[in-house]
Amino acid sequence: MKYVALVYYQESIINRMSEKEWHDLNQECIAGVERLTEQGKFVTGQPLQPIETATTVRVRDDEVLISDGPFAETKEQLAGFYLLEANDLNEALQLASRIPPARFGSIEVRPARELPPKD
Amino acid sequence: MNTGRHINEIYKQYSRRVQATLIRLLGDFDLAEEVTQEAFTAALRQWPQQGVPENPSAWLITAGHRRGIDHIRRRQTARHNQPLLADDESATPETDTDHIDDDLLRLIFTCCHPGLAIEAQLALTLREVCGLTTEQVASALLQKPATTAQRIVRAKRKIKEARIPYEVPERRELPERLENVLKVIYLIFNEGYSSSSGDEIVNLGLAREAIRLASLLAELLPEGEVFGLLALMLLQDSRRNARQDDNGDLITLEEQNRDLWDHEQILSGLTALTKALELTPTAPYTLQASIAATHAQASGTEDTDWARIARLYEALYREVPSPVIALNRAVAVAMHGTPAEGLKLIDDLASHKAIQNYYLFHAARADLYRRSGDLSSARAAYQRALALTQQGPEQRFLSQRLAQLDNA
Repeated sequence: MKYVALVYYQESIINRMSEKEWHDLNQECIAGVERLTEQGKFVTGQPLQPIETATTVRVRDDEVLISDGPFAETKEQLAGFYLLEANDLNEALQLASRIPPARFGSIEVRPARELPPKD
Repeated sequence: MNTGRHINEIYKQYSRRVQATLIRLLGDFDLAEEVTQEAFTAALRQWPQQGVPENPSAWLITAGHRRGIDHIRRRQTARHNQPLLADDESATPETDTDHIDDDLLRLIFTCCHPGLAIEAQLALTLREVCGLTTEQVASALLQKPATTAQRIVRAKRKIKEARIPYEVPERRELPERLENVLKVIYLIFNEGYSSSSGDEIVNLGLAREAIRLASLLAELLPEGEVFGLLALMLLQDSRRNARQDDNGDLITLEEQNRDLWDHEQILSGLTALTKALELTPTAPYTLQASIAATHAQASGTEDTDWARIARLYEALYREVPSPVIALNRAVAVAMHGTPAEGLKLIDDLASHKAIQNYYLFHAARADLYRRSGDLSSARAAYQRALALTQQGPEQRFLSQRLAQLDNA
């Protein structure tokens, strides 16, 4: 079964890191992905650029509305995602707990939903 | 003409275009700005001796590009500790100055990209397209320089990291994107015309920048609404010397000395309006410019074609159904007919919540009550209006009207 692990953290924590700390964190993530891949648990994933690069698209009355942001007043920002293959939530949570930013941010784990069959 | 003065002229004429092309060639706003300055510095050094080249902008672009490549290499070398590349191939750029106008247009559309916050679009446009310094932008927009600087830095970073493309939108997207560019220009104009708080109504610098931007855009992209907006701003701004008395107090259109209107600028406005009417006769800016033109062509309130103005507002309301436009239509109807007819239309608007907090809604009601002789209703409405405006001159105007009622 597929789970999405959404990685959130306060970007301010990252911004305060030294170059060495940032480098080490990235290397740790690379190693983590390698391990998940070997176990056959990693479907795909991607870290994201900071929230200030975000742009939102909506369509209302056939009109495409583009805006800067979102800049919701939340403490933590979405920083990346993993699509994991796990037997159950417990396994997914156990895998997610080893995602390095879990130590200073949070990982939201949600089962992926399949679209209904095509008519 | 001496070469130094000549270079100064060339700077005014070409620096924005040279920089716009360098942004495309180098893919970096800040680097492009730096090397544009360097290219002009080199020109100041070399041209007095060697003479001004036949195609100055091509020379400047080539010089700037070469320097930009050098900077990029030096950065890469510093990062990777690699020896400097020996081949010089990429240091001789092919410089296509044919596309220089397209680059300026690319720059405008990039600065006015809806993925940037609207405040950032304004600041970036003034900074990059108009060539104002960050301090000038901040003072024009009544912001702290640090706030403006941060906004600009953030916007540039987003352009780079989210990869907002440096391009003129394709035909399919052009109408919506152009609408946004025109909105930014008109916001700049209005920011100049009526700063939302403070004591000065007219900030000539910003109004002039907005007009300059629209004329430039009309040259690069001759669409109907570009001429419509240009005409509208030229006509509105032609009244700048008549809008305020020596104390900075507001003078209504009705009471303005029309000899103080800039008649040459009115003619330019009418010329732009003619083009707009050929291309997009019922588009919003064109309609608003037509209204401004009707005022501009009258010698006073009495011989103003109010019936035409009411019809134009009606057409505008069909395009943009906003209560503010309905309010203006009501005033035109009252001027054409009786205050009671206008008041009836205004009362129909009272259900719009937003307009209840709009000081001009109450000021217009007050004025019509005053004209119809219902002084106590007029007084109450003026007081409502007064409570809702923060601008010094407008507050003084409303206080004066109240005082006149008390003396009546």
